[in-house]
Amino acid sequence: MKGLIGKKIGMTRIFSQTGDVITVTVINAGPCYVVQKKTVESDGYSAVQLGFEELKPRIREVMRNGKPEKRQVVPTSPKAGIFKKAGISPQRYLKEFRTEDISGLEVAQMLDVAVFSEDELVDVVGVSKGKGYAGGIKRHNFHGNRASHGVKTHRECGSAGANTTPGRTIKGKKLPGQLGNERVTVKNLRVIRVDKEKNLLLLQGAVPGATNGLLYIKTTDIKV
Amino acid sequence: MSDKLKMVEKEFIKADIPNFKPGDRVKVNVKVKEGDKERIQPFEGDVIACRGEGINASYTVRKVSYGTGVERTFLLHSPRIQSIEIKRSGVVRRAKLFYLRGLSAKKARIKEKKFS
Repeated sequence: MKGLIGKKIGMTRIFSQTGDVITVTVINAGPCYVVQKKTVESDGYSAVQLGFEELKPRIREVMRNGKPEKRQVVPTSPKAGIFKKAGISPQRYLKEFRTEDISGLEVAQMLDVAVFSEDELVDVVGVSKGKGYAGGIKRHNFHGNRASHGVKTHRECGSAGANTTPGRTIKGKKLPGQLGNERVTVKNLRVIRVDKEKNLLLLQGAVPGATNGLLYIKTTDIKV
Repeated sequence: MSDKLKMVEKEFIKADIPNFKPGDRVKVNVKVKEGDKERIQPFEGDVIACRGEGINASYTVRKVSYGTGVERTFLLHSPRIQSIEIKRSGVVRRAKLFYLRGLSAKKARIKEKKFS
């Protein structure tokens, strides 16, 4: 399995060689660094931990025992130790990708968009745009109520269930609530182009989240 | 729009597009594929609308063919368009000429712009 961490740049369209329009999402993916390798022997499972986006250390003056003292606040010292051990500069984002075969990877190795090739299928994980507390019409595509003829409500959900039997609302009943701002996976997106120089990945179709939202891109787990 | 997005679009943006406006009469040479042969099919009419910018820019051309109004919308930078020729420039007072749809014959004419 191949994986990368990236950020959404936006959507546009490009033309194929036959002149067809392809709707694409442009993603700034990688370069990522291998921070840790998790093995079955030491961790009980096999995975690779990647770091993305360089983090500039921030030093702030803090009071300690009544005396000012300079201390590195970003990254915090436990986190800084991880990068020191790996021998790479601190990274802003860390993400583990579960994979059986990690033999081809070395700690501190750099991975960029070149791990993916054109026409490959990938899954993208992101956090969708938050819509707040939404009603049944927006959240579950319910139909609205009648506009006139003595109807007192227009966007309500209607009945929440039957009367004495079962005498309660069944669990999982679709009701108003938080919409969006949740982890969403979009599967089977085709890689249209890989731009190694600019670290850009062009995928056909839409991916979850807003511009500059964090995305995890990995080889699709759908088996044909 | 971010610079990186523009960079992706830049490659597909045509540089040699004539500067036409709504009200102008244009001839659009469209590439048509029939089997494995390719030929040019011209579409001549008045530009009644231009919209969008960058790679999304498009324009609508209207002509009256055997008494029936025909409109086609093209993408400005589409590789399926071989060329655009400006046949004449018109004098119009609005950006969208949708009012032409309700008119016919002499009323549907656009006054030609005279260059002195």
